[in-house]
Amino acid sequence: MHEWALAESILTTAVNAADKEKLKNIKEIVIGLGELQQVEQDIFKFALGELIKDQGEKLKDVKIKIKSEKSNFVCNNCQNHWSFDDLKNAINEDESEAIHFIPEVALVHSRCPKCGSPDFEITKGRGVSILSIKGEK
Amino acid sequence: MEARIDIIEKRLSKIKRIISVASGKGGVGKSLVASTLALNLSKKGHKVGLLDLDLYGPSSHIILGVKDYKFPEEEKGIIPPKVDGINFISIVYYTEDKPSPFRGVDISNIIIEILAITQWGELDYLIIDMPPGIGDETLDVIRLIKKSEFLVVTTPSKVSMGAVNKLLIILKELKLPVIGIIENMKMKSSKFVFESVSEMGLTYLGAINFDHDLEEAIGNTKKLFESDFMKDFDKIIRKNI
Repeated sequence: MHEWALAESILTTAVNAADKEKLKNIKEIVIGLGELQQVEQDIFKFALGELIKDQGEKLKDVKIKIKSEKSNFVCNNCQNHWSFDDLKNAINEDESEAIHFIPEVALVHSRCPKCGSPDFEITKGRGVSILSIKGEK
Repeated sequence: MEARIDIIEKRLSKIKRIISVASGKGGVGKSLVASTLALNLSKKGHKVGLLDLDLYGPSSHIILGVKDYKFPEEEKGIIPPKVDGINFISIVYYTEDKPSPFRGVDISNIIIEILAITQWGELDYLIIDMPPGIGDETLDVIRLIKKSEFLVVTTPSKVSMGAVNKLLIILKELKLPVIGIIENMKMKSSKFVFESVSEMGLTYLGAINFDHDLEEAIGNTKKLFESDFMKDFDKIIRKNI
C-alpha cells in the first residue's frame, strides 16, 4: 500500500500549488503514472478518493485523470533503446517488486540488453507526476 | 510537476531532532559514528530512526549485522524495520546489496522517493548516515530536510581535514546548524584538528581513540556497545547530543 503515500504526495502538492496560484478550488488534476512504478491503479484511485474527503473545500469537486506512460531506457554506452517489457524476462519477481518501490533500482537489477552496460538512463515512465492542474480563482 | 517533495515535511514532522552524520572525506568512520549513535540513543530509551543515504556504498547494515534484505512492510507507505530497537531504512532492502551504478539524477530521485514514502512516525532522533563529500546526497539533504543538524566526522590526518574543511565552509556559508566535529581514530596526542576547528569558530566535540579490536565488533551490536570506541563516543554523546 505505498500507493497511499504516493496519492497523498500528489494531493498535498496539488493543494500547495493551488495556494501559490491563489486558486479557490481545484477542478481537475491530471496525474502521470510511469510504467516502472507499477502502481496498482485500483488502490491508487481508492486512496485518492479517501484522501480527497479529508482535504476540505478546495478539492470537493475535483476530477482526477490518470495518464499512463510507457517506459524507455537509453544506454549511455551504445545508445540502445528499450522498455520495461523488454526487461521483464531478465528480472525475477523480487527485482520487479523492488523497481515498484524505487524505479532507479532497475539500474541495479538489469543491464543494457544489447551491450550489457550498467550505464543507462530512465528517460520515460519513471513514476508519479502531476501533468496539469485546473482550478478557479 | 514533481509531485513528491511537498509531502516530505509531513513525513518528518513528528521527529524531534534530525542529525546528519557527514564528512568531506570517505573512510573516516561516518557510518560507524551514525550507527553507534543510533544504537547508543536507542539503548538510552529514545525512539530512534537510522537512514543510510550512502547509496553507492551503504554500510550501516553491515555494522548493525543486518543480513535479511526483505522488503519493509507497507502501511500507507513503508514502515522501517526494527534492528535492535532502531527503525532502520537502507537502499539494501531494494538492491539486495548488489553494486549500484547510479548517476546524480538517480540519486536525487531515490532520496526523494525514500523520504516521500517512509512513514517514520514519532521519533526522538533520526540519524542520517551521509556519503562523503558535498555532492548530490549532501545537497539534497540540505534542500529537502530543512531541520537537519550536522555532526561532522574527521580523522587526525591533514588529508582528511583538507576535505572536511570544504564541507564545513559550505555548512557555515549556508548558516546550517553544525553540532560539532568529532576526531575519530586518534592515535597520538595532537592539537591539529582542535586548532583547525577552533579557527573556523566551530565546536570540537572530542576524540575517539583508535580501537584495535573494533573490527571484531562489526556486525555484532552487543560487542559494539561494549567496545572502547563506544566508551569514548558515549562521553561525547552525553555531553553534546
